[in-house]
Amino acid sequence: MMAAGANVLAVDGLSVAFRTRAGTVAALDRVSFTVGKGETLALVGESGSGKSVTAYALLGLLDAAGRVTGGSASFEGDDLLRASPRELASIRGRRVGMIFQNPRAALNPIRPIGRQIADVLRRHAGLGPRAAKAAAVEKLREVGIPDPARRAAAYPFELSGGMCQRVMIAIAVAASPALLIADEPTTGLDVTTQAVAMDIMARLAAENGMGTILITHDLALAAERSQRIAVMHAGHIVEDAPTAELLAHPRHPYTRGLLAATPTAAGTLDDLHSVPGGLPDLRRADLPPCRYAERCERRVPGCDDPLAWRELTPGHLVACWNPA
Amino acid sequence: MAGLLLRLAGSLPALAAVIVVTFVLTRVLPGDAATYFAGPTASAESIAQIKAMLGLDRPLPEQFWNYIVALFHGNLGMSLTTGQPVLTDLAARLPASAELTLCGLFVAIGIAVPLGIAAAVRQGKMVDHVCRVLVTAGVSLPVFFTGLLLVYVFYFRLSWLPAPLGRLDAFASPPPTVTGFFLIDAAIAGEWETWRSAAAQLILPAATLGLFALAPIARITRASMLAVLGAEFIRTARASGLSGVTVIITYALRNALLPVITTLGMVFSFLLGANVLVEKVFAWPGIGSYAVEALIASDGAPVQGFVLTMAILYVLLNLTIDMVNRALDPRARRGS
Repeated sequence: MMAAGANVLAVDGLSVAFRTRAGTVAALDRVSFTVGKGETLALVGESGSGKSVTAYALLGLLDAAGRVTGGSASFEGDDLLRASPRELASIRGRRVGMIFQNPRAALNPIRPIGRQIADVLRRHAGLGPRAAKAAAVEKLREVGIPDPARRAAAYPFELSGGMCQRVMIAIAVAASPALLIADEPTTGLDVTTQAVAMDIMARLAAENGMGTILITHDLALAAERSQRIAVMHAGHIVEDAPTAELLAHPRHPYTRGLLAATPTAAGTLDDLHSVPGGLPDLRRADLPPCRYAERCERRVPGCDDPLAWRELTPGHLVACWNPA
Repeated sequence: MAGLLLRLAGSLPALAAVIVVTFVLTRVLPGDAATYFAGPTASAESIAQIKAMLGLDRPLPEQFWNYIVALFHGNLGMSLTTGQPVLTDLAARLPASAELTLCGLFVAIGIAVPLGIAAAVRQGKMVDHVCRVLVTAGVSLPVFFTGLLLVYVFYFRLSWLPAPLGRLDAFASPPPTVTGFFLIDAAIAGEWETWRSAAAQLILPAATLGLFALAPIARITRASMLAVLGAEFIRTARASGLSGVTVIITYALRNALLPVITTLGMVFSFLLGANVLVEKVFAWPGIGSYAVEALIASDGAPVQGFVLTMAILYVLLNLTIDMVNRALDPRARRGS
């Protein structure tokens, strides 16, 4: 692991449970990772693996049914998981920005986009109404929206999905946060727009030394845009390694499965594989210690022992008793 | 502006239909105005005479034609009960009804909207249960019953409020007419004694109407707020660290208001109907009680005039709702 001083965020043992009619769901189980200054960490995994829940738990945005049951999240000297609602509200938007998928729905449909950015600036940068309005136009310019002064008066329905995502980015980084959480930021955007949106985020991260958590199910995107990848499966992080290392030497069977399921430009459809089975039902009482065990072709008797992190090579961690 | 005129023009067929239907209804309803006015001892001859005078002996198409021609000259006919032109009667009584209905609506909005917001924000908490009880009570109690109950408690038992006998107590004289709304006119004239008397008379009937209108407004506000609070853009607002007030009022409420405004239009038209009963209970000299008296007396012209007035009010109301919605919702502005 990196030295603590270089980390913007260090999450340790984060566990989250949801109460449902059918019982308690252990949605996250002892999730740990770090994000360094200026570093992009990709959280990768299939739908329902707990990537977004991780983000919501960090920002105190879980539904009423969800509860953090353990762990800590050290962020610039504060523990996000123990902060009061007041403290969290002043951290959100100011020190941690968040970008959501489906940018059009994530913006207020009846408020001009300039004012939505200005709202954040007035709250966090202490600007008056006029100054905030002018600064909002500047933020729109920064994310590459043409004719920002005029566009500031536009409503989300008058903009394309890509433009909406730029506005979303502008809102998230308006107060120059130290950490940006991007939850599937490219879903629903065409490939060119995806690249542009990711470029903007990368540029802002480089300029401000902002750490980024890139939440995505798209391993190809993660490979291209992150320095480290943490693979999630059913509420566990199963493998965490520098991006190049993880792609070259995936050790966890699930990571290998995901890589085999990721299309490449050179390959044909026949080269694609699917990961067998589905996520286990997290409400089960007899959940095995390794939640991938029931899908795993490398399962050995030792897999029933409690799960443990193993550092196979420096910086390459795997939670597996029989890594490849 | 062109859109507005277009909308007005679009409501003309509805108004035409209202004219035809009310005309036919007043003619086919049992009861005969001429017999009623000739009195119980009148001979067949005098009844026939009155019939001829009223034009009721003519064939229906001819009567209809005469009615239409008069209508286009702004003549709604004469009321046999009051002996006045219907238009004069309606003009004199409409402000009384309007003042009562609007006050009732304000009472309802003033309670229901904050209550609905609080119930949605604190879903499942005490205020939510209070909201549910009020809503259930509001829909299940008929207005004449709540009206009588309020009179019994606040006038008969507690004597906090004056007898339900119209817009002013017996000793006050109406303020000089400017708008016809006593509260406004008295304030303009500076007659605060009159103002207090008018307000005291208004409280109970307005509360009766307000209780009736409260239920649908509170329910829609709660449901609409709940839907909006679960929307993704609210999550964005929270993730941006915006304050609770900004999130709930500026982001959630403004979006949640759109269906509430539409419901207000419906509630207002329910109120116009409920008015008829409330005016009767409180001896309120509005157009509702006027229409009921005319109907009982088989007096056709006032009934037709009343229904037509209501139809026009309804058209104007929907137009207003439309305009407000367009002002609030940029998508509606571009849609047309």
